[in-house]
Amino acid sequence: MTAEDFDFVSSLLRDRSGLILSRDKSYLIENRLMPLIRRRRINGLDELIRYLRQGEDSLTGEVVDAMMTSETSFFRDWSPFEHFRTVTLPNLVQARKDKETFRILCCGVSTGQEAYSLALMFRQEAKILASCDPQIIGLDLSQTSISRAEKGLYSQFEAQSGLPINMLLSGFDKVGEFQWRIKDILRSGVEFKTWNLLDELYPLGAFDVVFCRNVLMFFDQETKAKVLGRVSRLLGDDGVLYMGLNETTAGVSESFKAIVSDLGVFGIHRTDRPKVRSLAESKLQSLPI
Amino acid sequence: MKRCLVVDDSRVIRRVATRIVEDLGFKAEEAEDGEKALEASRSHMPDVVLLDWDMPNLSGIDFIKALRTMPGGETPKVVFCATQNDVKHIQQALDAGADEYIMKPFDGEIVYAKLKMIGAVP
Repeated sequence: MTAEDFDFVSSLLRDRSGLILSRDKSYLIENRLMPLIRRRRINGLDELIRYLRQGEDSLTGEVVDAMMTSETSFFRDWSPFEHFRTVTLPNLVQARKDKETFRILCCGVSTGQEAYSLALMFRQEAKILASCDPQIIGLDLSQTSISRAEKGLYSQFEAQSGLPINMLLSGFDKVGEFQWRIKDILRSGVEFKTWNLLDELYPLGAFDVVFCRNVLMFFDQETKAKVLGRVSRLLGDDGVLYMGLNETTAGVSESFKAIVSDLGVFGIHRTDRPKVRSLAESKLQSLPI
Repeated sequence: MKRCLVVDDSRVIRRVATRIVEDLGFKAEEAEDGEKALEASRSHMPDVVLLDWDMPNLSGIDFIKALRTMPGGETPKVVFCATQNDVKHIQQALDAGADEYIMKPFDGEIVYAKLKMIGAVP
């Protein structure tokens, strides 16, 4: 691949998804695009880039989709989920006694494991949530990943990566010889949307907690700051943001303060920021008078 | 150093599992069937057992039933590591006293994740 072609592809990825690809990762372009090249019967990477330069929009979408990192697992890193279960969830539910819903947003949800981990946890913690209904929304730019997430069907390897065996038995049905499907009752409690984090988030309404783990690490500083700014406006003053273990808001956004920095847990710092109205408020405002 | 007993009738799988648990900081001991695993447990109770199901002489399920009735046999964390991947077999293992269950094939990441879930590794 020529330096000019690399610059073209990396610039296209940055503009469409925020993904920053350094030159030492140029091998990823070939690795991740070969299945697409074979599927579309394109004669190699050079020809694919030629089509992209001609502005084939559907092909561009497929290229961006193929380049996304979809690595995930149930209860990835475990400890942040334990923090959420034992600290954040009881605190916030207690503070929201009068609210009917408890809303969680999972950004970069990939094939759905993070969102379903929370759904599985909520079922275990049903007593804490007795007074309010949890709503989990998972976003990802990749249509392919979102389609898989909606199906809730995982290989044996994926299913047992991160899931305690009791949770697997109680939350999944075995399908065929080597697959497990999340039970319908859990699947129906999670909504997945194809969404670009470079776009505004406010149409999704307000949230109590946002998980944005191992997502912003692929963005440049400017994009990180923009996304964090939008995320902060979705959260109430006691809202909580979970990022990856090696990620931080420090030096990027002043809207957050570390709660447990080792676990990537951040709270809201500024109280004078504009907030997104709750869905109920939004609906009231839009009623005809 | 914590001890892990690796019980499997396949020498290759014992070797792979032994390398994994040694990398996690365990002193590993191997047994090729349930009977030999019981003998090893009698002489020195392990902290963790990685346990196959189908083995000659004494199966994994019969081993764990015998282990749990031995003095001190309630303490080891037992993780089945078996080809049986249906709900009935998994439930049977849990009912017999297994702490976790790995469906073969496995790799180091899954073994580590399962041992972490049951508090056998930090």
